[in-house]
Amino acid sequence: MNGAHDMGGVHGFGPVLPEANEPTFHAEWERRVFALVLAAGRPGQWNLDMARFARENRPPTDYLAKSYYEIWLAGLEAMLAERGLVSVDEMEVGRPLSEPKKVDGILQHSSVEAIFSRGRPTERPASSPARFRIGDRVRAKNINPATHTRLPRYVRGRPGIIERLHGCHVFPDTNALGQGENPQWLYTVRFDARDLWGPEADQMLKVSVDAWEPYLEPADRDP
Amino acid sequence: MPHEDEHDHEGSHLSEMELRVRALESVLHQKGYIDPAALDLLIERYEKKIGPRNGARVVAKAWVDQEFKQRLLAEPAQTLASLGYAGMQGEHTAVVENTSRLHNMVVCTLCSCYPWPILGLPPVWYKSGPYRSRAVIDPRGVLRDFGVELSADTEVRVWDSTAEMRYLVLPMRPLGTEGWSEEQLASIVTRDCMIGTGLPQLPGGTAS
Repeated sequence: MNGAHDMGGVHGFGPVLPEANEPTFHAEWERRVFALVLAAGRPGQWNLDMARFARENRPPTDYLAKSYYEIWLAGLEAMLAERGLVSVDEMEVGRPLSEPKKVDGILQHSSVEAIFSRGRPTERPASSPARFRIGDRVRAKNINPATHTRLPRYVRGRPGIIERLHGCHVFPDTNALGQGENPQWLYTVRFDARDLWGPEADQMLKVSVDAWEPYLEPADRDP
Repeated sequence: MPHEDEHDHEGSHLSEMELRVRALESVLHQKGYIDPAALDLLIERYEKKIGPRNGARVVAKAWVDQEFKQRLLAEPAQTLASLGYAGMQGEHTAVVENTSRLHNMVVCTLCSCYPWPILGLPPVWYKSGPYRSRAVIDPRGVLRDFGVELSADTEVRVWDSTAEMRYLVLPMRPLGTEGWSEEQLASIVTRDCMIGTGLPQLPGGTAS
């Protein structure tokens, strides 16, 4: 979706303000939200891409007014309510008002270490050869889905060069919709800053994104 | 997301959030959807055990051991895993090397993607509008916010982490560190050096 989360190239946010000796968390509730989101995501009621969409799918004013962990909490609450796991009323009163749903795969203390040191790789076996090769000139498609995508607006329609090939990975655009992992070849595509930002841009700057094959077309085609 | 605002409102703002999060955790626990002890362990893991010291040890090792550095660049995930640095948000990793002519910088313009096993959780600025918006259009300006001025003929390369590849910048070893131990070298490798918003500094304060 063309949401406020897609920030590349936006003006007006002001300078970056690093905090000296920054703590990992700034309040106890941030610790709990961080862990709640990781733990509640384990049983497979949703996947990573659904969780990302739940966070970004809100009015730009709301997204920009919330702090990082406030967005995480809002995304979690939305997914719990949508799936009938916790109602808005239950969140309000802080106790169950209905029978729990049967949920398998609850994250237990004893399995945290094994699960989190293994992680959740997104690479999958390839079912067809890659369409592009390193060095190929490609163009990022001009797509504007209202659903989840990981192709940022600032590269859409712009020409670039295939620089790296990372194997086949779970495709976020379908995975976020519950339409399957649909693995697709993943590439690093490098763009010259002048192709992104115009002829006045820094000629010594190059920017890359990691893009799945369905985001790309050969560059010789008209945009 | 403005940082100063958060501090201005700390009192009332935080207590409201504490109550809301406690209520949610309580429902989730009573419905049997979470194990609170697992939450405690997750917090301990990411607050106390995993952080940028991991990445600093990797960089220092790459500085003293050419064979290790070549493996790290060629097979990053496997090489990091051999040191025990693997897992969530580090499943697929690329290591990009700074040279005298090329400076690398990492961002996630869409959210907050970051190599957790080697750097820990990202700082607030990495997740915030000013960095996410400007890193891809004005990285030299962002670097100036960090007190880093690159020469005009240094190429800047920005890696936007839009997929599940996580990036680690391998900074250049500063002159004047000949003969240093890995431990000494690791002590000058900051988190920002490995994101690409800083350069290793000698204790005297000279940039490399």
